[in-house]
Amino acid sequence: MMRRAAVLLCMASCLALMGGVAARGGDEGAASVEAARADAIAAPALPTKLSAFALFAGNDPARPRASLRYTLRTPLFSDYAHKDRFAVLPPGQRAQIAANGTIEWPVGTILVKSFGWPDHKDGHPVETRLLIHRSDGWLALPYIWDADGRDATLALGGRRIDVRFTAPDGTAHAIRYGVPNKNQCKECHSLNGTVVPIGPKAANFVAMADAAALSAWFDNPAALAPTMPRWDQPGDGSVADRARAYLDVNCAHCHNPAGSASNSGLFLRWTDPVNVNYGIEKRPTAAGRGSGGMDFAIAPGDPDRSFLLYRLDHLEAGIAMPEVGRSTVHVEGSALLREWIAQMPPSGQGGAR
Amino acid sequence: MAGKMGWAAGAAFGMALVAAGPVEAKTIKVSPGEEGAAERLQEALIVAQPGDVVEMGAGTFTLVDGLSLDVANVTLRGAGAAEGGTVLDFSGQQGAGEGLLVTSDDVLLTDFAVINTRGDGIKSKGADRIVYYKLRVEWTGGPKETNGAYGIYPVESQDVLVDSVLVRGASDAGIYVGQSRNIIVRDSIAMENVAGIEIENSFSADVRDNLVTKNTGGILVFDLPSLPQQGGHSVRVFSNLVLGNMTPNFAPKGNIVASVPTGTGVLVMANRHVEIFDNVIEDHGTANVMIVGYRYEHKDPKYQPLPLQILVRDNLHGRAGFAPAMPGGAELAAAAGGSLPPVLWDGAGDAVVLDKVGALTLGLADLSKPQSAASPAPVDLSGGTVPPALPEIVLPASMEAKVR
Repeated sequence: MMRRAAVLLCMASCLALMGGVAARGGDEGAASVEAARADAIAAPALPTKLSAFALFAGNDPARPRASLRYTLRTPLFSDYAHKDRFAVLPPGQRAQIAANGTIEWPVGTILVKSFGWPDHKDGHPVETRLLIHRSDGWLALPYIWDADGRDATLALGGRRIDVRFTAPDGTAHAIRYGVPNKNQCKECHSLNGTVVPIGPKAANFVAMADAAALSAWFDNPAALAPTMPRWDQPGDGSVADRARAYLDVNCAHCHNPAGSASNSGLFLRWTDPVNVNYGIEKRPTAAGRGSGGMDFAIAPGDPDRSFLLYRLDHLEAGIAMPEVGRSTVHVEGSALLREWIAQMPPSGQGGAR
Repeated sequence: MAGKMGWAAGAAFGMALVAAGPVEAKTIKVSPGEEGAAERLQEALIVAQPGDVVEMGAGTFTLVDGLSLDVANVTLRGAGAAEGGTVLDFSGQQGAGEGLLVTSDDVLLTDFAVINTRGDGIKSKGADRIVYYKLRVEWTGGPKETNGAYGIYPVESQDVLVDSVLVRGASDAGIYVGQSRNIIVRDSIAMENVAGIEIENSFSADVRDNLVTKNTGGILVFDLPSLPQQGGHSVRVFSNLVLGNMTPNFAPKGNIVASVPTGTGVLVMANRHVEIFDNVIEDHGTANVMIVGYRYEHKDPKYQPLPLQILVRDNLHGRAGFAPAMPGGAELAAAAGGSLPPVLWDGAGDAVVLDKVGALTLGLADLSKPQSAASPAPVDLSGGTVPPALPEIVLPASMEAKVR
C-alpha cells in the first residue's frame, strides 16, 4: 500500500510514469471507454458513481487512463492535501490557449482532481472532483471515495470527513475536512454566475508531458508559457511577486469583479493594480468580525494590523478566508504574505508595482 | 408531512435528476427529525428545479455548514418563524461565511428562523427579485461583538423585498441592503443590532412601516468609497417607529458601523436625495436625525462623499440629544446647555429640515476637517430648496403576489 501511495502522490513517480500515460490513444479498449465516457457526460441524470466516467484503469485512482496530467506552478491551498490533476479530452479534439491565457477546453472535456494525503488512508484519495464541459456549459461535481476504495459516490450536498495528517512542518493535524457541495463548487468556479475552470491558465499550467506529446492535446502548445512564479520558490520572483501569485490562485477566483466576492471591491488577480482595491489601506466593507478590530485589509508595513492576514490565520466561520475549502491554517502561505506586507513602506504607496 | 421525506428528496439519494427539461413543479419535503437531515436539506436545495418548493418541517435543523441555493424560482418554506416553527440552528457552524446563501433569481424565503450563524445570517447575492417574508434571524445570546455581521443581507440585486421579518443581535446591520436597486424594506422589526436597517450604496429604496428599536443606530443610509456600485441615491425612510436606539455600540472595530454613535435614530451619510418623513423618532441620546459627510481619508476620485438633497419633514420627535456619544459629544452638550437638539448636521453638503425642532450644525463644511474642529451652532435648515418628491417604489407584480 505504501508503494501505491508513493505512485499516487509523488510527482517524481508520476513524471516517470508519464511517458506511457500521456500519449493519446493506444489504450486497451479505448473506443468503448470513450463511448461510455461520452454517455456519462451527456446523461441527463448525473452518474451516482465515479466509475461511470471510465477515468481510471481498474477504477484505481493511481492509474488514470490516457490523459493529460498536469500540475500548477502555484496551487490553491486545500488543507495541505496533495492533488492529482489530469484532463481527458474527447477523441480527436484538442484544447486551445486563448490570447488572454485562458485554456479553452472542447466540449466533452473532463478536468479531474483527486485530493489525498500521503499518510491518510495510505495515500488513497478522499475525494475526486470533476469539472465536466457539457454542451450547455461546465458542471462541477464532487465524488467521495467509498470506504472500500473501489469507487467514489456523488455527494451533491458535500460532507465533512475526519482526516488526520502531518503537515510539512511536522505538525500533526486532525481536521473535519470539508468536501464542497455542488453549490460551493460553483461559488469558487463562478464567473458572472456561470461555472468555469479556475486553476489551469497558461500562466500557471505545467503539463507533465514533453513537447511532442503536448501537440496531441493543444492546437497551440507554444502558447503555454508559465509566467507566474511558484509561490514557494524564491528563485522564481520577488516576495511581492510570489505573494501576488499566491493571492491570485487562492483568492482571485472570488475576488474579481465578476466573481462571488465582487461586492467586496477587493480584487486580487495577478493582473490587478496594487492599490486600494487590492486591499492597500482598504477599510472593511462587509467583513464583520473578519476585521479583527483593524482598520485596513492591508496596512503597509504593519502585518499585525492587516486583517487580510488575520482572516487567513483564523479557522472560524465568519472570520476565515477563504470562506469554503479551508480547515487548516496555511502557515507557509501566511508567512509569505506577512513578509510581503512587512516590506511595504508604511506610506501606502510602496505596494504599487 | 413532518417526519416523512418527499419522493423527490428521496430521489436525490439514488440518481440525481438534473436538467431533464421542463417538468411539473413539485414540493420537496425535508424533516428535521431524520437521520442526515442537514445533508438532505442541502441536497434538496441542489436538486430542486425552477418552480419547486422545498418545504421544511417543524423543528430544529442542526447545521455545521452553510446552506446554499442556486436554482431560480424556488421557494424555501418552513413551518413558521416563531416558536414551534422551523429553526435552522447554526450554533455549531464550522464553515461558510453565512447560514444560507442564495445566488439565483426569483426566490422566496419564508416561514423559518435562522439562529446563531457565525458570519452573516441569510445572504443573497446577484439574486434579482428576491423576497424575504416572515423570517426570523437572531443571535440568541443578545448583543455581542462575536455575533455575525448582517442578519438579512441582499447585495448586488435588482428588486429586493424584505417584508415582515424580525432580526435581532447582528453585530453590524440587522437588515442590510447593499449595492442594489429598487428595494422595499417594510413591516419588519429590527432590534438589538448595531444598525437596525441599513441601505448602503444602493439606488431607489423605500424603508417604511418598520419598528426599529434598541439598536445602536436605527436606520442608516450610507454610501462608501471603493466599491463596484456607489453613488447611493433616492431613498425614502417613512412611517417607521424609530424608538430608543440606545444599545452601546458592539460592532467589531474597523467596520464603518463601529463609528455610529450610540443613541442615533436615522443617520444619513454621503447620499443624494434622501427623504425622511412621517416617522416617530424618539429617545435617542445622540440625535433623532443625523446628516453627515464621509469624513475618512479615501483614494477614490469617483466617490461623492457629501450628503446632498436631504429632506426631513413631518416627523414626530421625542426626547433626543441627552447623551451625545460622538467624540466631543459631552462638551458639545455642555456648551449647548445640557443637551443637543434632535437634528444634527455636520455642515457638509445640504439638507432641508422642515420638522419644527431644533437643529445643530457642527460647521464642518470641509470634509478634511476632523470633528474636533467643530464650531457648533444652532441652525435653521427650513429655507433650502425642497427636492422634488421621490416616486413610490414599485416591485414586479410577481414579487407582491408571493406575499399576498
